[in-house]
Amino acid sequence: MSTIHKSPWLLHYDGSSCNGCDIEVLACTTPVYDVERFGVINTGNPMHADIFLITGGINSQNASVVKQIYDQMPEPKVVIAVGTCACTGGIFKECYNILGGADTVIPVDIYVPGCAARPESIIDGVVKGIGLFKEKAAALEAKQKAQ
Amino acid sequence: MTVQTRIIFAICYIILAPFVIGLLDGFDRKVSARMQGRKGPSVLQPFYDLKKLFEKEFLTANKAQLFMVKSYLCFILLSGVLFFAGFDLLMVVFSLSTAAMFLVLASTSTHSPYSSQGTHRELVQMMACEPMELLVAVGFYLAMGTFKVSEIAVNSKLGVMYLPGFLVGFIFILTIKFRKSPFDISTSHHAHQEVIKGVTAEMVGKEYAYVTLAEWYENAILYGIIGLFFINSNPLSIIGVVVAILCVWFLEILIDNTSARVKWQLMLKLAWGVTIVAAGMNLFLLEMIKG
Ligand code: SF4
Repeated sequence: MSTIHKSPWLLHYDGSSCNGCDIEVLACTTPVYDVERFGVINTGNPMHADIFLITGGINSQNASVVKQIYDQMPEPKVVIAVGTCACTGGIFKECYNILGGADTVIPVDIYVPGCAARPESIIDGVVKGIGLFKEKAAALEAKQKAQ
Repeated sequence: MTVQTRIIFAICYIILAPFVIGLLDGFDRKVSARMQGRKGPSVLQPFYDLKKLFEKEFLTANKAQLFMVKSYLCFILLSGVLFFAGFDLLMVVFSLSTAAMFLVLASTSTHSPYSSQGTHRELVQMMACEPMELLVAVGFYLAMGTFKVSEIAVNSKLGVMYLPGFLVGFIFILTIKFRKSPFDISTSHHAHQEVIKGVTAEMVGKEYAYVTLAEWYENAILYGIIGLFFINSNPLSIIGVVVAILCVWFLEILIDNTSARVKWQLMLKLAWGVTIVAAGMNLFLLEMIKG
């Protein structure tokens, strides 16, 4: 049986957020919420990451950065947009430099709404992400076998 | 030691070391989490992580890197086999430094600024540790009259009685070797930034898995050397060995959780300082006793 979903390593990137959502993401790793009990490691390295957690909207400067981080992550991978900004652009949507949510540059799998998104809902999103990660791993394995 | 026993010990090392050290690592994360007031992951977490890394897609900037990483693992295995089959302790130390060179070659092969930075730091770490590792071998020779692990292990003398300074110095550099805070400079298990991941920053999927595996095999040797201080011809000394290893293991976790990362300059000064003072004094006393 595959146990790949028991080891989801997380990469957190802060787009143009107000930092509200970032603080909530960090709160998830504190003793109160402790996401490490699911095997989650907060890594800083896209090459080691399985789940890309993005907060804040996309602007013209960070679009290429987000794209590159996404490309550097090996398959299978899951993208979670945390907070209204990352989902749609949020309150910054009308700003001249904002392109929109994370899905304007990379495919987003899970949207976690909220301004700021609460740690409980972020963990909910991560747990959903872990489920999806397992499915994607199985699909990848099936594809490799077929080749 | 007969050839058969040597082979049995070597095979036991190759098969058991990853399980034992992996499990110790799992308990390490659990105990660390408890120290921080968290629940922590399952004790089998290191095995889940390793398995996942093997299942991930393999991306690499330079194919040669995988070869270097595999060579790193092979040389660590060779060192471990030499040690547990009871061969020369000095050979083990040399073989370990050869292995470390392959890790350095692997991390420099990609030209990533993060791994280059990590490589520089790794070289400094090697410089900090190597003198003490060599001195431990020399210390055992002076106390026991032999470099052979098999003969040291069944000696009537207890290593720690003659080499307490060497033990202190060796435990000090173990923090560097285990990549624990405050000396997790070239790569860390708690890396929230790429630069902290250092030497392993560019290692993807199975490459990183091999490095983790090599680290486990290496840790088994290092714990083995700790054990060597507490073992003698009395079979009951095995209890002392196990207790000593567990104490060192716990001490390292405690240090890891209560200290912040230092700069490499301080690490080098401290490591060499402790080496010179602890091992130097011990060496001096040993010579005095022998007269
Ligand atoms: S969703 Fe709200 S809290 Fe989160 S980054 Fe945007 S403005 Fe800040």
